[in-house]
Amino acid sequence: MNDSELILILASIILQAAPLMIAVCGETITERVGVVNLSLDGTMLMSAMTGFVVSLKTDSVWLGFLAGAAVGALFALIIAFGTIRLRQSQVAVGFVLTLLGDDLSAFLGQNFTHIPGPVVKFMPIPVLKDIPILGPLFFNHDMVVYFAFALVGLTWWWLFRTQPGLHLRGTGERPEAAFARGVNVNRVRYLYTLIGGALVGIAGAAYSLNVKIGWAEGHTRGLGWIALAIVIFGGWSPIRGAFGAILFGATKALATVLQRIFPEVSVVAFNSIPWLLMILVLLIVSSESTERIIAFLPRPLQRPLRHLLRAAPPMALGKIFGGK
Amino acid sequence: MRIRTWIVRIWPLVPILAALLFTIGLLVLFGADPVEVFQAMWQGAFGTQDKTLSVVAFTIPLLLSSLGLLLTFTAGLWNIGIEGQIVMGAVAASWVALFMDATSPVLIAVEVILAMLAGALWAGVAGILKTRGGVHEIFGGLALNSLAIIFTNYLISGPWQPPEGGSFFGTVPFREISQLSRFADSRFAPFSLLVAMVALVMVFVALRGTTWGLKLKALGQNPRSAFLLGVSSERETILAMMFCGALAGLAGAVRVLSWYDNLKQNISGGIGYLALLVVMLAAYRTLWVPLIAFFFSAVLNGAITLQLRTQLHSSLGGILTGVMVLFVLLFGSSKALGIGKSSEDEALEPDTSEIES
Repeated sequence: MNDSELILILASIILQAAPLMIAVCGETITERVGVVNLSLDGTMLMSAMTGFVVSLKTDSVWLGFLAGAAVGALFALIIAFGTIRLRQSQVAVGFVLTLLGDDLSAFLGQNFTHIPGPVVKFMPIPVLKDIPILGPLFFNHDMVVYFAFALVGLTWWWLFRTQPGLHLRGTGERPEAAFARGVNVNRVRYLYTLIGGALVGIAGAAYSLNVKIGWAEGHTRGLGWIALAIVIFGGWSPIRGAFGAILFGATKALATVLQRIFPEVSVVAFNSIPWLLMILVLLIVSSESTERIIAFLPRPLQRPLRHLLRAAPPMALGKIFGGK
Repeated sequence: MRIRTWIVRIWPLVPILAALLFTIGLLVLFGADPVEVFQAMWQGAFGTQDKTLSVVAFTIPLLLSSLGLLLTFTAGLWNIGIEGQIVMGAVAASWVALFMDATSPVLIAVEVILAMLAGALWAGVAGILKTRGGVHEIFGGLALNSLAIIFTNYLISGPWQPPEGGSFFGTVPFREISQLSRFADSRFAPFSLLVAMVALVMVFVALRGTTWGLKLKALGQNPRSAFLLGVSSERETILAMMFCGALAGLAGAVRVLSWYDNLKQNISGGIGYLALLVVMLAAYRTLWVPLIAFFFSAVLNGAITLQLRTQLHSSLGGILTGVMVLFVLLFGSSKALGIGKSSEDEALEPDTSEIES
C-alpha cells in the first residue's frame, strides 16, 4: 500500500463518517437539553428512505435533505410531545418509534428499492484541495462533508460559548435552577429536541444520497444505535463525538483491509469488531475500573486522560420536568 | 357529567381505532382495498387449521419472551438484549440436537436445559456489564444481540455447515428424535404450550406472591429506597436478567425444535423486540400478556400471507402493531390528556374484534 492509496482510504473514511457525525451532533444537542431520543435507528431509516424518494421524484437533492430533516423533526416532535406534555417514558416512546420507523420505511419505500437516483454533487474546494495531505483528506469532498465539519464546530461553539448554549446545558443539568433563572424549560426542550431530530433526519438522507446511494429495506439499520453509543463515547461533546464517528469508520475500514491481508481468518471475527468495540468504549467511559487504572498512571497524565476518556451524562437526562 | 364518564369508559378503544385508521390510510395511499387486505390477513391467520396452528405456534416463543420481560421490566430494566438471548438459546439447543446421541426424551430435556442456561448466561453478561461496568443494558444488550447473530452465521457457514457445500442459510435438518413432536403435521408442538403455561403461572406467582417479586418491584420503582431497605440492586438486577434470559433461551429452543427443524440465519426474526412491544401494550400486567401475544402473532402471520397474495410488503403487520402500541402509550390514559379525572384509567386492552371483522 503506498501513500496515495492510504490517503484515498482515509478520505473515504471521512466521507462515510460524515452522516454519523451529523447524527451524533443532533443527538448530542437533544441529550444535552435532557431528552433522550432513542428512536435514532428508526428515524434514520425513515429519513434515508424519504430523502431518497423525494429527491428521486423532484430531481433535487436539496429537497431530499429538506424532506429528511422534516421526517426527523416529526419523529422528534412525537418524542417531545409524548414525554414533555404527556409525561410518558422517553425510552418507551423512543423504542416504539425505532421499530415503527423500520417497518414504515420498509412499507413506504417498497416500490423504490435498488434503483439509481440523484447524488450529491462532488465539490472540491479550489486552492485548499491542493494542500498536500490535508487537501485530499478534507477539501476534496462534497457539501455533506463540509456541512458535517462546520456543524461540529458550530454545535460546540453554541453549546459552550454562547448564552443560549448555557441555558441549553443548564436545562439538561439542573432544570429547576434554569427555571428559576427564567428559562422556559419545556419550551427549550421542545426546541432543541426538534433541531436535534432534524439533524438526525439530515444524517439519514445524507446516507442514502451520498454514502450508500439508493434505498433498500433496512438500508441504514444499526447506524442509529451506533450513533447513540458514540454520543456516550463522545462524552456529550460534539468534537469528541465527531472523533468517535471517524474512529468508528476507521475501524470498519481497517477491518476490510485486514480481511484482505488475512483471508484465512473468518469474516465473523471482522464483523464482530464494531460491536466488541462498542462494549469496550462504553466500559472505558463508564466503568469504575477505568478510574482505578488512571489513578495508577503518572500524575500529569491523569487529568488529560480523564478529560479524554471519561464522561457523565447530563444530570437531568431522561427526567421529566415540573409537577402536574 | 354522564357524557364525560361515558367518554372515559370507552376511551381505551380510541387509540386502537386510531391505529386502525392510520393503517387504512396507508393502504388507501397504496391503492389497496382495506377490506380486501384485512380479509386476506384474516385468511392468512385463521383460514385453515394449519394456519391457525401456525399462529398458536408463533405465539409460544413470543409469550415466553414476554413473560421473561415482565421480570426485567418490573426491576426497571430495558432488556433489549433479549433478542440475542433467544438466539443463544436456539444455538445451544441446536448443538445438542446436532451432536448428542441419546433417546428422545433425554435429548429434549438436555436441549431445553442447555438453551435456558445459554440464554441466562448471555443475559447475565448484559447484567454484569450494567452493574459492574456502568454500561446501560440497552447498549450492552444491543451489542450482544449483534454478536449472537454474527456467531450464528459463523456456525452456519463454518463448523456446522451442511456437508455437500451446503447453503449459507441453515444447518442440516435435525433428526426426528431430537425435535419436539408436533400436532397434525403443523409447526405447533403441544409440549411447548404446556411449558409456556407453566412459565406463565410461575411468573405470575413470582411477581404477585413472593418476596423476590416485591424486591424487584422496589428496585424498579425506587432504586434508592430499595437500597435503603437492603435490596441488593446488583444481585436482583442480575437475577432478573438471568431468569428473563432463561425464558428467552427456552423461546429460542422452541423456534429451532418445532417452528423450524434446523438452525437458520435470523433464527429469532425479531421476536425479542416484538415481545417488548407486547409487554408495553399489556401495560406490564401478566394476565394480558398471553392475549396480546396471540393477537400480535395473528396479525404478523396474516401479514405474511398478505404479501404472498397482494404483493403488499409484510411490514404492514409490524406497522399496525407498532402504531397501536405508540398510540396507546401516547393517548391511552385519558387522565394524562386531561379528559378524564379518574386515577383508575389503566392502559388499554386491544380489541381484536376490530381486526377480525
